Amino acid sequence: MRLYEYIELVFTDYTLRTITLGTAVLGAICGMLGSFAVLRKQSLLGDAISHAALPGIAIAFLITETKNSNAFLLGALISGLIGSFWIRGIITKTKLKSDTALGLILSLFFGFGMLLLTYIQKMPNANQAGLENYLFGQAATLLASDVWMMAIITGICFCVLLLFWKELKLSVFDADYAKTLGFNTQFLDILITAFIVIAIVLGLQTVGVVLMSAMLLAPAAAARQWTNSLAIMITLAAIFGATSGVVGTAISATHEHLSTGPVIVLIAAVFVGISFIASPSRGLLFREIRFRKNRNDLQLHKTLSFMYNIAKDHEDITHPHAIKILNNFQGFTKRSLQKLEDKNYVSIQGTMWSLTPEGYQTAANLYNQLSHINDE
Amino acid sequence: MSSAQLEIQLIASLVAIACAIPGTFLVLRKMALITDAISHAILPGIVLGFFITEDLSSPLLILLAALSGVLTVILVEFIQKTKLVKEDTAIGLVFPVLFSIGVILIAQHANDVHLDVDAVLVGELAFAPFDRLLLYQTDMGPKALWIIGSILLITLGLLITFFKELKISTFDAGLAAALGLSPVVMHYGLMTIASITTVGAFDAVGAILVIAFMIAPAATAYLLTNDLKKMLFLAAILGVIAAISGYWLAHELDASIAGAITTVLGLIFLAVYLFAPQKGYFSVRYRQRQQRIEVSLLTFLLHLGNHTDNTSERHLQHLYEHINWQKVRAKSVVNLALKNNMIQIDQDIISLTEKGHSFTKEAIDYIVTNKNAEIENMKDRFFLFRG
Repeated sequence: MRLYEYIELVFTDYTLRTITLGTAVLGAICGMLGSFAVLRKQSLLGDAISHAALPGIAIAFLITETKNSNAFLLGALISGLIGSFWIRGIITKTKLKSDTALGLILSLFFGFGMLLLTYIQKMPNANQAGLENYLFGQAATLLASDVWMMAIITGICFCVLLLFWKELKLSVFDADYAKTLGFNTQFLDILITAFIVIAIVLGLQTVGVVLMSAMLLAPAAAARQWTNSLAIMITLAAIFGATSGVVGTAISATHEHLSTGPVIVLIAAVFVGISFIASPSRGLLFREIRFRKNRNDLQLHKTLSFMYNIAKDHEDITHPHAIKILNNFQGFTKRSLQKLEDKNYVSIQGTMWSLTPEGYQTAANLYNQLSHINDE
Repeated sequence: MSSAQLEIQLIASLVAIACAIPGTFLVLRKMALITDAISHAILPGIVLGFFITEDLSSPLLILLAALSGVLTVILVEFIQKTKLVKEDTAIGLVFPVLFSIGVILIAQHANDVHLDVDAVLVGELAFAPFDRLLLYQTDMGPKALWIIGSILLITLGLLITFFKELKISTFDAGLAAALGLSPVVMHYGLMTIASITTVGAFDAVGAILVIAFMIAPAATAYLLTNDLKKMLFLAAILGVIAAISGYWLAHELDASIAGAITTVLGLIFLAVYLFAPQKGYFSVRYRQRQQRIEVSLLTFLLHLGNHTDNTSERHLQHLYEHINWQKVRAKSVVNLALKNNMIQIDQDIISLTEKGHSFTKEAIDYIVTNKNAEIENMKDRFFLFRG
């Protein structure tokens, strides 16, 4: 399928349009709420909750005995919330650490869910087709009503975020301070956790239990690299999430045998990779460049101050010296000498060098003025 | 009980013991979640190995999968070292990506490969006895039993040989490094064992049960004891109990064995979490309540000690207002003080007894010299009744 044909299909084909919209909305809400999860060091909560939602789905089926995705969502929400509160209980009341608590809830709830699922499979009413979709996600099963539901919930989350914006911001970055100001941090904590659980539950049907955590984390982790402002980070994360959703759907729809969930996760991972490497302020590439530049500057300064120490013993500071005497000084290279000359700090005649008055002045002030160190 | 049933229980028990050993150390080193990451991230290794060998239990496949497990650990640590994201985010980013690659690889070759993501993740213990190891046409028992058995033997051997080193590096990494034990070697050794165990067990029991077997018995044992050796034993025993009773639960319900075992593990943990004598939920709640009352008691006695010459400050009715306590709390504090013979009430005026005086005096000494911990020992000497 050509790109043009695909774009045409998105606007004409009902299924494709629904899926594209659904994954876009899902990516946006996950990015938005994932930002909070990442900043609150609860990154893996998403993984634990998405596994913990499974028994809820199975129990919802056992009670309603029909495949009703709203009932499933409710069941998943309840068991996800139970899981997240039990995690909190384990961390605060016992000496087990958060990693153990998360791993425990994850595996125990999921195992219990598997027990229920296999039990359901052997029940006489074979109406259970579709329950397994929640394991690995099946974007193709998205209906327009599901997308509407996602959009409405995203809207509600957005409004509540705006309403509690400064409280949430404060509690994310300085929970103790928020507490001393008299905000109910426990309420804010529960609010945010509940929202994260909601986002996870919404995504289960599309990307599945296992990949949900990446859906939540990857856009936020990528957005974090570009900014230090919470509002911008959340906006960026939502954009990254939505873009991964749309692009992932497009790729999986135009190729055979490519399930949507994993492709979306891989696209989101590409965003993370690019952000890690290329972000101007935190990225690895620019960090390396800055590191090298600093090292070169430092070596230049060391050489200059070494020269200064030699020159200051002479009456005439521009008295020439042999380049040879610099040779056993660490940090001296032909290139650094060349650079010094370019900056007009030294002048070189044949095998001799001499400090210029300007170079002498700079060297004398080198360790007096810290602000000078960064000069070009 | 048929021989197949016996074999299933034997395999499950061996997996439980083999997982309990690395699991205990992972829980103690706060790296429990790395098992989750490994168990998902081995998928691409398994798929690649399967393309080459076409056999789910060949040693090459196990080796490849274990390698991708170790690769996960290295990747996670690399991302952590860049300090671009927090530690747990690194784990959460790496394994879904590797898992996605695995899923896509399987899907791309879905037609000509007999390999199911479900099988990898969930496993089916019930089929384990049917995959027999044939040596010179003689039946040597189920393959899974041999694989797990040899992994368990290797793990046990390493545990006994390096017990001392493991113990030191787990509880005091700095001391271990100072004594010349490389923390890196210990770390990657443990990771390799965890990875191999996960891979060796996934075929028989599935990834989720491996995570549960690694974390749940160790965490449960940790709530019951502080002794490393006891913790290892307890974790192994709890794992075996869950394996056997889980099997029979699955037998009754006609459901997934792995799911049933995990459920039993969950129930055991829940019971211990709530009722463990020292560290359980209820005893922690009880102790916190007790300490709150005892701190109140100390404040109350100090208040009395400060006002030995002023009776209005010590009047029973006014006291509530002065210290600003609610009635119920004030009453329980006064009762506790009375029971311990620290105060006497004479016409609604409370005064310290001889014992109360010496208690407050000693407590002030400790508070002034910043030895607050000593107050706990002091309580044992003075209190007849605890709060």
